[in-house]
Amino acid sequence: MSLPTDAEERSFAPADSLLRFATAGAVDDGKSTLIGRLLHDSRSLLADQLEMLELVGRERGDDGLDLAMVTDGLRAEREQGITIDVAHRYFETAHRAFIIADTPGHAQYTRNMVTGASTADLAIVLVDARNGLTEQSRRHAVLAGLLRVPRLVLAVNKMDLVDHDHEVFAAITAEFARFTAELELPEVTAIPISALRGDNVVHRSDRMPWYEGPSLLEHLERVHIEDDRAAGDFRLPVQYVIRAPERDYRGYAGQISGGSVHEDAEVLHLPSGLRTRVTAVDTADGALAEARAPQSVSVRLADEIDVGRGDLLCAPDAPPAAATELTARVCWMAANPVLRPGTRLLLKHTTRTVKALVTAVHHRVDVTTLHREPAAKLGLNDIGEVGLRLAQPVFCDPYERNRLTGGGLLVDEATHATVGAVMITEAR
Amino acid sequence: MPARRALSRLDVLESEALHLIREVAAEFDRPALLFSGGKDSAVLLRLAEKAFWPAPIPFPVLHVDTGHNFEEVLEFRDRRAAELGVRLVVASVQDSIDAGRVVEQEGRGASRNRAQTVTLLDAIAEHRFDSLFGGARRDEERARAKERMLSFRDAFGQWDPRNQRPELWNLYNGLIGPGENVRAFPLSNWTERDIWTYVDQDGVELPALYFAHRRKVFERDGMYLADNPFVHRDPDEVLTEKSVRFRTIGDMTCTGAVPSTASTVAEVIAEIAATKVTERGQTRADDRASAASMEDRKREGYF
Repeated sequence: MSLPTDAEERSFAPADSLLRFATAGAVDDGKSTLIGRLLHDSRSLLADQLEMLELVGRERGDDGLDLAMVTDGLRAEREQGITIDVAHRYFETAHRAFIIADTPGHAQYTRNMVTGASTADLAIVLVDARNGLTEQSRRHAVLAGLLRVPRLVLAVNKMDLVDHDHEVFAAITAEFARFTAELELPEVTAIPISALRGDNVVHRSDRMPWYEGPSLLEHLERVHIEDDRAAGDFRLPVQYVIRAPERDYRGYAGQISGGSVHEDAEVLHLPSGLRTRVTAVDTADGALAEARAPQSVSVRLADEIDVGRGDLLCAPDAPPAAATELTARVCWMAANPVLRPGTRLLLKHTTRTVKALVTAVHHRVDVTTLHREPAAKLGLNDIGEVGLRLAQPVFCDPYERNRLTGGGLLVDEATHATVGAVMITEAR
Repeated sequence: MPARRALSRLDVLESEALHLIREVAAEFDRPALLFSGGKDSAVLLRLAEKAFWPAPIPFPVLHVDTGHNFEEVLEFRDRRAAELGVRLVVASVQDSIDAGRVVEQEGRGASRNRAQTVTLLDAIAEHRFDSLFGGARRDEERARAKERMLSFRDAFGQWDPRNQRPELWNLYNGLIGPGENVRAFPLSNWTERDIWTYVDQDGVELPALYFAHRRKVFERDGMYLADNPFVHRDPDEVLTEKSVRFRTIGDMTCTGAVPSTASTVAEVIAEIAATKVTERGQTRADDRASAASMEDRKREGYF
């Protein structure tokens, strides 16, 4: 493999086009190689990064460039040839800028896949063509569905090792379609690739003439990403009260987590239940006529209401539930303790942190069959449905309606570790 | 009302950064913002100004001064802090050396970069800071690519990349125990070009070193180091005057200049578009020590 030598300038993406995607694949499915290939063939690696790859390769006695080394940034990762934690990569083409959340495949790092998927517009699930769907690929599809990642790519890798056989690709695609029919995945695109050889990653390959779709990068560049966060009902969790007494200023700052707000809009304050009017939507660059998710703003209100961090301003005709009893899907991320009825935790939800008690474990999901099985507890990497009782209400929507007001973190009060991801299904 | 336009990626990145800055200010008792006078920390300071506008920034800024800084940068640091009315805390590596907490490296390639960690951790203890904002970007370096936006550090200031807190949606777990602290990185998702585009669009002032100027330099390992009293220069390392600018600004002993004629922000952006080398690869001698230099420094408590 040679270094890019021509003087071609890199082009920059239009300012309004940013795609965040997460990659998931089991160990040895070639995920790091895929990302390395994507960066290399789109000319996103610069000369010193390539030199570093060659240097590391020589130290290890390898021939040629090991593209996986682009992403494995930690010493232990390079030594063991595995990916330990989520890494974020940045590149852009003339069409779009990209943020890659590169998440590890080991089952023990499932929590990192959840981390990467929570903010992703799209997830790539990588499958080794020789092995077909494994438990890990099913788990990754389930997690992408559970976290409501709006788009999914099934990348069938190592096609060069199955003679670029259309039948192999078709069988895996069909099996995946059967499996995901029960998941709520809105859009799945399957692409046959060879990350090692570069087939259909950036450039379309003539080794698979039966495949007529786009290369992976072409798909990433073109896939439609609408601003779906701004479509829902207005939600502004109050994060910080800004006071400047000498200017008689009192504003409620936060990141809009759903819908939009404009000057003069009527809003409801929770927990008080009082209605008031927005007199200004402020930013340091001037007042806005309208602001929408995910903008960070500060609003002023017409009436003097006691508003503080943890409160919520929302659309008066479509308020969220003020709930102290939740039913939620949980991805449990700790080996110790396990989650069981009676476990006491903290729930961080929007800008509010409350004490929570696990009242029930309803079931555990077998991620390979999607069957719900009765369970008394959830262990590391288990996904299940639980009941939670809260010491104070949270103002929440079902996760399927709003990823920000429907999601939460579970935190261990004693160790302060983040031990669970919560996706609310029902609130009372 | 103006027609709805798509939010630009800088709008989105700015909103994400303001959110993190406000979260830390709301949840921690004693935050501080690491301000070196470099371009990333100048943007970070601007974002902090915006997060609390029209109120002043509710925390001090902290500079870990290696004693080997460019005069222009120190002048810029002092002036910006005064203009914003924020308290400037300077922690001095020289003081740490004088107190015997740090042993000065000697010889070719000596730098005070590693020593900064001791001074930083001492400053955290002295001022009881529980949270520090840093201008680090994940695109800079591959160990930084592994960082969380809100990064937990134990009572010894150590970063454990195997045991980071999962970070989901826009939720940050800021609970810590006594002696522990967090580093907050609002610019995590910004690239070098995002920084420069923001500097352009927002009129962020930067030290003049970032733009082309004539300076006496000598060449070492493919980099131009500025003539300065702190670096050990070999007899065959000859000074020449060149038109250069700095892509990153840090300790004078390990920050290289690049040949450039870019004297405006727009010209700098055009130059970045054409470059074949990353920012740190081109200008940071300290990252070249080994494939894991940054990781090793971060584990010890470097930001």
